[in-house]
Amino acid sequence: MIDSKLVLWGQTVGYTAYVLAVMAGMAWFAYKVTRDGSLKLIPNWVFHTVVGALVTVGVSLHIVTHETIPWKKLDLNRAHIAADKTFDIRVAAHKFTLPADKMTIVAGEKVLFNVTSDDLTYGFGVFRPDQSMLFQMQVLPGHRNDLLWHFEVPGLYTIRSTEYSGPKGIQMIEKDVIEVVEKAGEVLP
Amino acid sequence: MTFLQTLVRGTKDLFKPDTLTPMQKMTLRFVVVGLLWYGIAVVEGMIMRVSLVKPLPPFPPGHYYAILTAHPLVGIFGSTYSVVFGAFLFLVPFLMKKPLWSIKAANWTCGLLAVGTLTFWGAAFISHYAPLYTLYWPLPADFTQFSVVGGTFFILGIALVMVGTALFVINVFKTITYTPAGFPPQPAGALLASALGLTGLRSLFSREKKEHLVSLPVAAIARGTVDTALNAGIILFTGVLILVYMVAELSGHSLKHSAVDALLYKNWFWWGLDLIADGLVLIYVAGTWYLMATLISGKKLFMENVARAALFVEMVVSWTVWSHHLMSDQAQPGILKILSGEMVTAFELITQGLAFTITLVTLWSARPLKMTNPLKFLLGGLLGFALAVPAGIMQADLGLNRILHNTQWIVGPHVHVAVLVGLTMTLYAAVYYLLPLLTNGAELYSQKLVNLHFWSHLLGGIGMGAFMGMAGLHGMLRRTMYFNGEFSGYMILAALSGSLLLLGFLAFFFNIVMSVGLRGVVGIFLPAKLNTKDLVPSA
Repeated sequence: MIDSKLVLWGQTVGYTAYVLAVMAGMAWFAYKVTRDGSLKLIPNWVFHTVVGALVTVGVSLHIVTHETIPWKKLDLNRAHIAADKTFDIRVAAHKFTLPADKMTIVAGEKVLFNVTSDDLTYGFGVFRPDQSMLFQMQVLPGHRNDLLWHFEVPGLYTIRSTEYSGPKGIQMIEKDVIEVVEKAGEVLP
Repeated sequence: MTFLQTLVRGTKDLFKPDTLTPMQKMTLRFVVVGLLWYGIAVVEGMIMRVSLVKPLPPFPPGHYYAILTAHPLVGIFGSTYSVVFGAFLFLVPFLMKKPLWSIKAANWTCGLLAVGTLTFWGAAFISHYAPLYTLYWPLPADFTQFSVVGGTFFILGIALVMVGTALFVINVFKTITYTPAGFPPQPAGALLASALGLTGLRSLFSREKKEHLVSLPVAAIARGTVDTALNAGIILFTGVLILVYMVAELSGHSLKHSAVDALLYKNWFWWGLDLIADGLVLIYVAGTWYLMATLISGKKLFMENVARAALFVEMVVSWTVWSHHLMSDQAQPGILKILSGEMVTAFELITQGLAFTITLVTLWSARPLKMTNPLKFLLGGLLGFALAVPAGIMQADLGLNRILHNTQWIVGPHVHVAVLVGLTMTLYAAVYYLLPLLTNGAELYSQKLVNLHFWSHLLGGIGMGAFMGMAGLHGMLRRTMYFNGEFSGYMILAALSGSLLLLGFLAFFFNIVMSVGLRGVVGIFLPAKLNTKDLVPSA
């Protein structure tokens, strides 16, 4: 599965290019609108092209991500996909209660996190050692909060609450509690 | 004139508060209140920016989150609502060519916004009531963390703001539909239908095309005001619900939190809140762009009928878009995430893109234009939304939301760029345009300060959003404090950008005070000496 870091890198490049193009376009407009010129009336077809482009971009973004970001399909179909492992986690009084056994995952496994809150709304995020986020979900009291994830990169991962639950919530960090190990017989790249 | 004389009497002693009509005074009061609260919001923002570089001892987590709770509400209700309501209460009668229905109700709105904001801000400051504006149930009623009394005053402050908002809504619709004394009878129903877009909708299915009875900016104000009214209802209801829990707690009877479903509450709350974020803000802004473009260019709006239709679509979209806030809630039905969260939200790219294009083409048709203060700030506002709306569309995608939700990306490139660069610069364009009209010809003290205001605000707003966004892409959460300098590099740059915003505001504030003088500022709040419902003094 594509790593979420790669998706974020693509987003950074794409959005930065867009921002630079829009700022350059507005600077050009600001200059030209103060100058006289022969073309003052914009033909209607230009407007209709812009409308077409907006519709195309608006609709195609979600189709493209559906086909290229693997966890999107995984998430929508998680009820019909068998998990290799399931971890049940409880949250109450600003404290995660993790499974008694260490959460060890073999690279390539699909893992279901089933997180239950006994009091407030919390968040459940899994982070890499460099603080970047692998994924997250909300944890609502009185509801099933489950997320299926396909782990591929070996290493230690940290859990922290990603939702505000009062000032005490900032301490909700469980460092290096998930370990992803390489598959037997495979060597780390 | 000496510096001190100018400070007291204004530039060239041109501003005479005694010559102002009650309408001018009312509008200027809104502007002053809005700017003062904006200043508070900027200072609060800087405290938080610095705290994210390194937590400050005077602002421990309890106090930090109280600031974080009050900050967006001060910005929206204390500042933006004040400036927008004041401007629209002046513009609706101006564009409808008849007096405002009630100047008294307008002044009450101004007072209630000011006092209500002071009440909830003070409650948060003193008691540290801090469930944030998101109020995810049952946090606002978690009295193990928050003071019941503080929370009661907080909710009371919000309620006062909502009562003021209700008066604004009534005033706008009554002004559109009523017949003033001495005027020929006005078709109230037809005016209302035109303002809300029902006439245009009927024309789509009829051969008989009826003319629009209200101008496009009034239609935009009316449709945005529908969302304002619905939002006030939602917030008032939510406030009453929380108050019930508080009153029960104070009387020694704790109510069961699980009686309110957390997911249902979240849907209800975001449906209401998006009437602001994805409703009235976008509709009001589009209407202001159209008005400013026609005033600055002196030309008819390009594709006016399309613009009217887009405003109607935007209003309907704002009622059906809330699920993009619940994409990480696994219990939320997938169909709602896709239809409401992804697909309907994508319409905002289309409607805002249309408004952006129509405004630019209208300006282009009048070139060469002089780069006036309203024009440069209008272009800044357009740029802000051109940057912020696509950032929002990206996070409203099921795939990307999984790795962006609740990160600094949301509040940086999307929220703060939309609000500070897009919305606020659009409002500044209107303020600079209306200032001579509202002050009977007062002159600005310094054009250099206007330029400083423009560049500091533009670069500060975009810079802050960009560095917050970069931190978010590297995993920095919003609503979280970091104590070990994990993201201090990005946060130092964001704080420096924030200080540019502060500098820009100080330049603007000083320039306005020097333009109208301290005597003028006080005079705005004294009763008007002219007894007229006219907008400006008759020649």
